[in-house]
Amino acid sequence: MRQAGTTAWKTIEGILLIAVALVFVFPFLWMFLTAFKTMPEVYQFPPTWLPESWQFQNFQTAWRSGPFLTYVWNSFLVAGGILVLQLLTGVPAAYAFARYRFRGKEALFALTLIALMIPAQVIFLPVYVELSHWGLVNTLWALILPYGASAFGIFLLRQSFMQVPDEVIEAARLDNASEWKIMWTIMVPMAKPVLVTFGLFSFIYHWNDYFWPLIMTNSQEVRTLPIGISMLKAVEGGKQWNVIMAGNMILVFPILLIFFFAQRHIIRAFVYQSK
Amino acid sequence: MRKAVAMREIAAPEPGAIAGAGAKAGMSDLLHTLRPYLYITPALAFFGAFFFFPIAYVIYLSFFDWSLLNLEEIEWVGLANFGEVLRDSDFRQVLGNTIMYTFSTVLLGIGIAFFLALWLNRQAKIFGFIQAAVFSPHIISLVSVAMLWMWLMDPQYGLLNAILEFFGLPAYSWLADTNSALLSLILVSVWKVVGYNTIVFIAGLQSIPKDIYEAASLDRFPWWRTLTRITIPMLSPTIFFLLVINTISSFQVFDTIYIMTQGGPVNSTNMLVFYIYEQGIDFYNGGIASAASVILLGMIGVLTMLHFRLMEKRVHYR
Repeated sequence: MRQAGTTAWKTIEGILLIAVALVFVFPFLWMFLTAFKTMPEVYQFPPTWLPESWQFQNFQTAWRSGPFLTYVWNSFLVAGGILVLQLLTGVPAAYAFARYRFRGKEALFALTLIALMIPAQVIFLPVYVELSHWGLVNTLWALILPYGASAFGIFLLRQSFMQVPDEVIEAARLDNASEWKIMWTIMVPMAKPVLVTFGLFSFIYHWNDYFWPLIMTNSQEVRTLPIGISMLKAVEGGKQWNVIMAGNMILVFPILLIFFFAQRHIIRAFVYQSK
Repeated sequence: MRKAVAMREIAAPEPGAIAGAGAKAGMSDLLHTLRPYLYITPALAFFGAFFFFPIAYVIYLSFFDWSLLNLEEIEWVGLANFGEVLRDSDFRQVLGNTIMYTFSTVLLGIGIAFFLALWLNRQAKIFGFIQAAVFSPHIISLVSVAMLWMWLMDPQYGLLNAILEFFGLPAYSWLADTNSALLSLILVSVWKVVGYNTIVFIAGLQSIPKDIYEAASLDRFPWWRTLTRITIPMLSPTIFFLLVINTISSFQVFDTIYIMTQGGPVNSTNMLVFYIYEQGIDFYNGGIASAASVILLGMIGVLTMLHFRLMEKRVHYR
């Protein structure tokens, strides 16, 4: 009796598990399926599941609707540039906060923590005015510079720098290694897992960002992929959902691919956030 | 996953901190003292230029009448912008929408995630897959999420209405109806945030010491008592963290509004950041936009302070 009860419960639980997973994954699957349908099939009601004939040219149509090569390149430059800059500013700051004693340290670190909490959406207007005084609006710099330092990155790196044993650093100092060299050739390699985690977080976040490029750019040469994709909506009047979904796949696919391979790191990266 | 790392580490003495005891005198001593400052200067310069200065600047700008069309022409108006914003019935609706949206998103997002976490917190591989599936919307660009849901919510050809029809229910004009547009945006944001919250809860659950549960089972605690006496109190830092983070991120909602509804129909989905965007960038009302920014800043500032207060407290009783 009891045995049967658990089996029944296990079956129900299994079905529920699949249902829950579907609720979160199915929309993506629907994006994928729509991206391969013809227009008449998209506007068929009730909808069909699998495409009747797989339309690969939707991707071509999406890609040709704007300078997508430029968008992709800009997205890489922006997300990559931000990451490099964040590491260049973050590593020394984290090293100082982790390994030195100096006046005002607590207060300065508190300032860094505060910067973790206020989102860009709240202060975009003054930053826009500031950037326009410097003549940087509508350049890639306007997309990169405001994110040049990451409080979250400093926070994470500091944690891992503090865990490096004193002996390692003492030994390096006895060998007359400069502080700068110790930082980049000893501390940084030892913090590799954290660097990967942070790198994924930062890259994905800025790859996906829509708000900042929307506000700061107004010409195609400096726009990023999310903007290009969102403009598909207006292509040729009516909504060509198959082309729009194909465009979305161009944006989503790299991230899903990374997620597939680096799931653990990515989940950790996003969940560590200010923990 | 570690918890309350931040404050605990601040309180701890720095391992291997370098006291200024270097034997070399003069220049190198000075360098020794200055070095940490040199190391943090670049990062602080960026925070200064793109975070602290803008905060001060937007407060300053909120006392002026100005527009992006001509930044030279700016006129002192004192508190007039705030008066105008608060009298604006559109803005009051925006505030109401924001609060409604935030409240529902946060409550549903955390509530659903809590039960999912209790259920999905298991070691078997299949649970790992389900956790990843639930989490996946979190790493997808909001642009894609917004367009995807627009398609799902398409009144004539969308999948959601097809499903309703399959069950014999009437079709729904998700985003076109003033009664349901805001609810539709709430649905999308709950869908996107639940996975993140679930994983954070699971991390919290895993950090609860197992022996507490063993003691409870020895004492023959019923499950609900274990839940209310052990699990929920032990998770309270996690719950609080999620409350703050979710509230702040709900305040910033913009992408879905911009792509899916443009604040409509009839202002029913207009919220703070979109209002600031419209006033500042579309209508060239810099003063009004700045005043609204300051109000939003104040709301987030209060939350942030509350957060740090409670985090500090947590350190003491740990």
